[in-house]
Amino acid sequence: MSILAWTYIMVIITFGLYLFIAWRSRVKETKGFYIAGANVPPLANGMATAADWMSAASFISMAGMISFMGYSGAVYLMGWTGGYVLLALLLAPYLRKFGKFTVPDFVGDRYYSSTARVVALICAIFVSLTYVAGQMRGVGIVFGRFLEVDVNTGVIIGMAIVFFYASLGGMKGITYTQVAQYCVLIVAFIICAAAISLKITGIAIPQMGFGSTIIEGDSAGKYVLQALDGIHHDLGFSEYTSAFGPDDIGMLSVICITLALMVGTAGLPHVIIRFYTVPSVKAARLSAGYALFFIALLYTTAPTMAAFARYNMIDTVNDVHYAQAPSWFKNWEQTGLVAWVDKDGDGIIRYRSGDPFQGAPQFTGEVGEHGQRLVSNPVSDNDNELYIDRDIIVLASPEMANLSPWMIGLMAAGGLAAALSTASGLLIVISSSVSHDLYYRIINRQATEKQRMLVGRVMVGIGVLCAGYLGINPPGFVAQVVAFAFGLAASSFFPVIILGIFTKWVNREGAIAGMISGIGFTLFYILQTRFFGVDPWFFGITAEGIGTIGMLINFAVTMTVSKFTKAPPAEIQELVENVRSPRGAGAAIDH
Amino acid sequence: MKKKSFQEYWAKNIRLIAILLIIWAVVSYGFGIIFVKPLNAIWMGGFPLGFWFAQQGSIYVFVLLIFAYCFLMNRMDREYDVDEK
Repeated sequence: MSILAWTYIMVIITFGLYLFIAWRSRVKETKGFYIAGANVPPLANGMATAADWMSAASFISMAGMISFMGYSGAVYLMGWTGGYVLLALLLAPYLRKFGKFTVPDFVGDRYYSSTARVVALICAIFVSLTYVAGQMRGVGIVFGRFLEVDVNTGVIIGMAIVFFYASLGGMKGITYTQVAQYCVLIVAFIICAAAISLKITGIAIPQMGFGSTIIEGDSAGKYVLQALDGIHHDLGFSEYTSAFGPDDIGMLSVICITLALMVGTAGLPHVIIRFYTVPSVKAARLSAGYALFFIALLYTTAPTMAAFARYNMIDTVNDVHYAQAPSWFKNWEQTGLVAWVDKDGDGIIRYRSGDPFQGAPQFTGEVGEHGQRLVSNPVSDNDNELYIDRDIIVLASPEMANLSPWMIGLMAAGGLAAALSTASGLLIVISSSVSHDLYYRIINRQATEKQRMLVGRVMVGIGVLCAGYLGINPPGFVAQVVAFAFGLAASSFFPVIILGIFTKWVNREGAIAGMISGIGFTLFYILQTRFFGVDPWFFGITAEGIGTIGMLINFAVTMTVSKFTKAPPAEIQELVENVRSPRGAGAAIDH
Repeated sequence: MKKKSFQEYWAKNIRLIAILLIIWAVVSYGFGIIFVKPLNAIWMGGFPLGFWFAQQGSIYVFVLLIFAYCFLMNRMDREYDVDEK
């Protein structure tokens, strides 16, 4: 059977499974809709959190980015895992004890203010919408690349599926679907990495193969990383494992980006809200541990895939005649993710440092003398002849490792699982922020369960439409858009939640001023440097890392303003005391 | 539950968090970023050490830190009688 047929089979089976689970776990009350009835076992919550967390970017783009960045790819690896330590130690247990439904709930109650609640809910919606746009785009791209449907049609199919199960089952529905989605995505990713590791090093465990020797070819007997460093050196790239090379981002930027991603992780509402769904404080701590364990399975595998694929790609393509190029090369050339310009006219593909031509390939529709697709881009004056999109590393790895067609289908299903699970988690946040925090807590305190559920479901629908619109008209490159969401989360929620738990004196005025100045500064800087062409003026820190500075501003403003304004009332100080003690978490939800 | 013992519980909790976060920062920001160059001069099997911490080791340590916190806090919750019954 063909790859396409297998892909359809895998995608249809997994989608059927998600819809079945959603139908089984449909809910009728708000407690189920917002927090899955607060009785999700820690192990299941760990898996759901991992799926919720690992987005299209983690699955499709991350290994590719690392592959091209080498050492610096560690900013994503550490940044997107280290935040769980902050969550487990500083946030999850206390927010679980506090109970309630949403992040703005905590901010609103702790800072005894509707204004704080509204500011928090605007931040939550803003962060989640930024993030969900990237997911919908990811769904479209996977559909486009594996199922040969138009990207926009893919986005619409994705929207319909997510709407169905998120509106039907709310948090409960998406939790159990995410458990299934985690299994699909991790199996796909690991089988693929294991196969490529086996091919190159003869060891099936990728984390071990990563530190082993190559079994065949010119570099046989050398360690993978040693060989890669050598090849990089010969071709004029900076060495794969070396840090802060001439073209790299500097140490300060690496620190800032890593910290922004870590803190952003801990401040993302769709991650935090998952810890409301477990029965106790103990379960909240434990499920953070499980979540990171499940995430680490993918995050320690991704860098191995990055290195193997990089080695394999250079080894099989560089200095090879186009006619002898491997089949994956020509397959992906058809999709425009690979392009070759024969600068010296010898028919041999040369991969060197630098861009082969300006921008993404613009194909003329004609083919050259060797059968390659010609591009009209102005060529650059370096020796590099090869354009490779970073996403190719994951997308083409099953073919690079000569896996059978059904595995490639499973990879597509895995990519969709990653994108859909994250999208649905974000939609619940958008829905609950509006239907619970805005409608029920601020507009209509007398609303019945039925009315609240209706508003919740309608909001899922509106959220899906917004996400779909942004997915079809994306504000930028998938991973980039997602990276900005972290900066915004880091600079808005994290400081006020931490200070709300660990101090009693931080007050309403401080929190509101802090959130507005933190997210305001970060947003301003991102827009300025990324969209209006201003140079990164703050110590050269890029838009991805500026959330760290926004967070520090938020901390400073919150504490300073609190010092000069009236201390919080006694009952708030009691609330803080209460949140710190684990006992009574089960009951906390019901009032 | 006596007031004093709860304050002691909280102080111990803060101390535990501080210790674990120091380890968290040392493996990631210390070994993985700030000292990556000198550590890369040392090869451990097929890995330059700094690179290994940045792309593998720090993640393993993060997982261990959370499970260690769970274990120690659960024990402390029982000791100070604030655990969920």
